[in-house]
Amino acid sequence: MLKLQNISVTFRGHGKVVHAVKNVSLHVKRGEIFGIIGSSGAGKSTLIRTVNLLEKPEAGEIFVRGEKISALKGTALRKSRQKIGMIFQHFNLVGSKTVHDNIALPLRASGTPENEIRKRVPELLELVELSDKEFSYPGELSGGQKQRVGIARALANNPDIILGDEPTSALDLETTESILHLLADINERLGVTILLITHEMQVVKKICHRVAVMQAGEIVEENEVYELFAHPKHPLTRELVTKSLNLTLPPRIADKVHGALVRLEYLGNSAEESVLSETLRLHWVKINILHGHIEYIHDKPIGILIVGLEGAALQIDNALEFLHGIVAKVEVIRHG
Amino acid sequence: MDSISLVEFLPDLWTATVETGIMLGISLALALVLGLPLGFLLFLTRRGMLLENRALHIIGGLLINFVRSLPFVILLILVIPLSLVVTGRSTGPVAATVPLAIASIAFYARLVETSLCEVNTGLLEASLAMGASTGLIIRQVLLPEALPGLVRGFTVTVISLIGYSAMAGVVGGGGIGFLAINYGYYRYETAVMIVTVILLILLVQAVQSVGDLSANRIEKKK
Repeated sequence: MLKLQNISVTFRGHGKVVHAVKNVSLHVKRGEIFGIIGSSGAGKSTLIRTVNLLEKPEAGEIFVRGEKISALKGTALRKSRQKIGMIFQHFNLVGSKTVHDNIALPLRASGTPENEIRKRVPELLELVELSDKEFSYPGELSGGQKQRVGIARALANNPDIILGDEPTSALDLETTESILHLLADINERLGVTILLITHEMQVVKKICHRVAVMQAGEIVEENEVYELFAHPKHPLTRELVTKSLNLTLPPRIADKVHGALVRLEYLGNSAEESVLSETLRLHWVKINILHGHIEYIHDKPIGILIVGLEGAALQIDNALEFLHGIVAKVEVIRHG
Repeated sequence: MDSISLVEFLPDLWTATVETGIMLGISLALALVLGLPLGFLLFLTRRGMLLENRALHIIGGLLINFVRSLPFVILLILVIPLSLVVTGRSTGPVAATVPLAIASIAFYARLVETSLCEVNTGLLEASLAMGASTGLIIRQVLLPEALPGLVRGFTVTVISLIGYSAMAGVVGGGGIGFLAINYGYYRYETAVMIVTVILLILLVQAVQSVGDLSANRIEKKK
């Protein structure tokens, strides 16, 4: 659906040269929700803006549905952009126009006749569950409602792909959930491919199928979301995953624990098995559960437990070896 | 001065009002017809804008700055030959319209550009992303978004022009302002001067109120 090949974007000005995007290649498949995560300044916003050529890359090529976007200009580029919807962090609605006119704008851009626009706009509003706001002004809407209008506007010309530029970053937690839900729903029902950028792991976890991690203009890691959470490789990814799973033991508690401090990670089915009781049954150790959490990503669980193991050194070693055999990851935080 | 001479003065006042009307009407119409598009052109040719064109932007900007840096009295005299060519006369209210129009076009164009700069660039980005043409963006995004600013700018232009038109007397343009100078300054007829000044104050107040009211009404819709 979308292919970025060796994209580089460089900003020059005031005697400074900033390489915002460095030789990035990406392939987003039809119908998937692909996320790009990174902190601000990582270049993800610049990267997503190259897809519809709002940012012209210095080098590299962009293909959408096999069409070489990066070679387009003028009317051809406009026609192509009409099939690429975009939603924004700050919604970018025309405040002096009604919701109806805002959603009609892309339809007018594509030359849709007015009588068809009158039929299409209510359809779109129904899709985003905002039917009663057709003749309201954006100023009268909440942030979440504004983003719904933004989504309806992006969908107006039946695009193949929607670009999301931090679509939930200006919203509170609850509204974020509902917007993400809507995006996932649209993806599923209409089969629209979605490429979005975000700095929140929460967004990735909730709706993305695949994700790329971006740092300093480069993609440092790319994987299926579950795999990325289960086996993060790059230090930044690990940091993001750890933070997102929110599993750090308060030092006060860690200090109190005698014996070995161990972090166990279960994936898939083993997360539901009674690993600990088996260990207790077979080995002469005491187990203290200090912290635990099970995260479901696309209905697949990732379980994390932090436990203290007490016992003779040999017994602890045996228990660890046993655990190695059944859980995905055993990480000894501190030896006994 | 007694009441009889004030009555005698009324026909002069009426003529002056008509003259002011002609001068303002024509030059303001031209400010709208030419100054508004010129302001859009200045804005759209800026760097990174829809019609980015450095040369055009600089030339337009210089031209406007040139007109605006001239004291109006100088402009008035400078364009006498042009007035002669355009209107066939070098004096009178119609001839005085030429420098007034030039001044108001330049003045308004700059104010138009300024209000367009206030429009959220995110809106332009969104419009570009949806594949809208420049014409559609102007009609559906820039114009409605900048409208309150455009109305306020026009109000300022009208008021400045009322002031400028007083100087049009230099080329025999006449008008209310000139009447005030003529009677009050040259003939020491204070009462007439006060009447004309009051008339000018009322005129400016009325223009400002109408301008504010319309701008607020447009803004309220948001």
